[in-house]
Amino acid sequence: MSKSVSELVDLSRSVRREILKMTTAAGSGHPGGSLSSADLVTSLYFSEMNHSPDDPDDPERDKFVLSKGHACPLLYAVLAELGYFPKEELSSLRKTGSMLQGHPDKSKTPGVESSTGSLGQGLSVACGIALGDRLSGRESRTYCLLGCGESQEGQVWEAAMSAAHYKLGNLCAIVDNNNLQIDGKTCEVMNIEPVADKWRAFGWNVLEIDGHNFDEILKAFEQARGCKGEPTVLVAKTVKGKGVSFMENVCDYHGKVLTGEELERALEELK
Amino acid sequence: MSEEIATRQAYGEALAELGERNQDVVALDADLSKSTKSAIFAAKFPERFFEMGVAEANMIGTAAGLAISGKIPFASSFAVFCTDRVFDQVRVSVAYNNLNVNICGSHAGLATGEDGATHQATEDIALMRVLPNMSVVCPADSTEAKSAVFASAERSGPVYIRTCRLKTPVLFDSSHEFSFGKGNIVKEGTDVSLAACGIMLSKALEAAELLKKENISARVINLPSIKPLDESIVLKAASETQGIVSCEDHSVIGGLGSAIAEALCEKNPGRLARVGLRNVFGESGNPEELYKKFSMDVNSIYNSAKKLLQNGNDEQ
Repeated sequence: MSKSVSELVDLSRSVRREILKMTTAAGSGHPGGSLSSADLVTSLYFSEMNHSPDDPDDPERDKFVLSKGHACPLLYAVLAELGYFPKEELSSLRKTGSMLQGHPDKSKTPGVESSTGSLGQGLSVACGIALGDRLSGRESRTYCLLGCGESQEGQVWEAAMSAAHYKLGNLCAIVDNNNLQIDGKTCEVMNIEPVADKWRAFGWNVLEIDGHNFDEILKAFEQARGCKGEPTVLVAKTVKGKGVSFMENVCDYHGKVLTGEELERALEELK
Repeated sequence: MSEEIATRQAYGEALAELGERNQDVVALDADLSKSTKSAIFAAKFPERFFEMGVAEANMIGTAAGLAISGKIPFASSFAVFCTDRVFDQVRVSVAYNNLNVNICGSHAGLATGEDGATHQATEDIALMRVLPNMSVVCPADSTEAKSAVFASAERSGPVYIRTCRLKTPVLFDSSHEFSFGKGNIVKEGTDVSLAACGIMLSKALEAAELLKKENISARVINLPSIKPLDESIVLKAASETQGIVSCEDHSVIGGLGSAIAEALCEKNPGRLARVGLRNVFGESGNPEELYKKFSMDVNSIYNSAKKLLQNGNDEQ
């Protein structure tokens, strides 16, 4: 699966629409951080990763861990678009009996590699997958998406240390650096900058990109693949709420969904 | 009982044996491999051993990832550091994912001794027992510990194995097998039952000898599988003897005593006395002196049994 940039533009717009529709239907959820990561994750699943919805357990598949688990509306929209489960399921998000939990549940949702939601844990899991796959002689790669606020968790840096120590060239982390978290600007809540320097100091190959520029995203993934001796992190400058004018850079949309009327306006913008 | 082997030693040896049989078995440790004895595996299979440094949260998450990739990880550290310290990592990355991750906590309970309360896990059973999907095992001797390691590798969900720092008597011959959800009667008796796990089983056996001198027939039950618990052996003991004394090197809150109490209360109420730490932390000292100080030694088990029988008679 390798979609062109113009196809990715269309796909990410459609993914954004689904994110907003399902969170409004659910009446709760996390649209802001789903929108900021949408271009990164759409690129991963539609152009970069080697995977197949027809054989989701293929050991040779590339694996993705959504460490910022609250952005699962994004993951669900992408997985449904790919056919991991029927698109109709999206409207059941967060409802009793749904396969789509408020945070990812490996046992309930096809295509979810690991249950996440308690921040800071996903990169460790991704390290373990990468170690195991390398030990098994597989060529597969592991990707992990982290939030900027999430980077305040100490476990992230334990994992960063160990990935470099074990020279996990088959691991690629992505930091969705939108500079907003629940309580405000990340730089004011608890500054994580200079975040790229931190990853460099931990021994990672660091690529700083615009997280909404598909050419830069795809090129970065390609460079990451070529870097065999150390793990790569994409520090992606992003905009929370990206794609909907009145949601962009608005902190409240971290965990607030659109009203019916706002949804209509947003979908109009995302036509 | 002449021979004495620590269950942690058995853990390391079993892991190395398992590594021979199954290429998928991997081990992780957090800078305590010489103490937990995972170093025995590491020496034999260096490529399948992952030293994670003093970073237990990452060790647990990495173990989860290894399981997702198809490996059978055994992650070890002192019991306090691989349960108490990383409870949320075990909860979400391991138990919620329902992975075949095996966590071995060594140096559990007052048996840890001189290092003091920070290093004596006395609530690890309670913490692990409360997690859905998680099984909890506390082997009584080295034979059982080995068997438990093999059984844990075969079990699809996560398992917590609790081992002990001290050398303890070898109670079982090589024919003894550990099974999840199974206890066994080590000594038959009709008056009172002493139900124990781990290091406390040999103390319960000694207490039974003291009771015998007073013509009290004590049944001694080994309950290494704390979750799932062998409810039938517990209910049988409650109906066939006048009461049960639970014996554990752990808090009486949430551990073996609580598991027995839950089974009794829901299925067939019977009398129960719990020997263990009573809502206090341990402290530094020689383990035997600590057991005495905290009323968890052989005499304390003996006294609890006597008291249980006397109270039972009072009520009749």
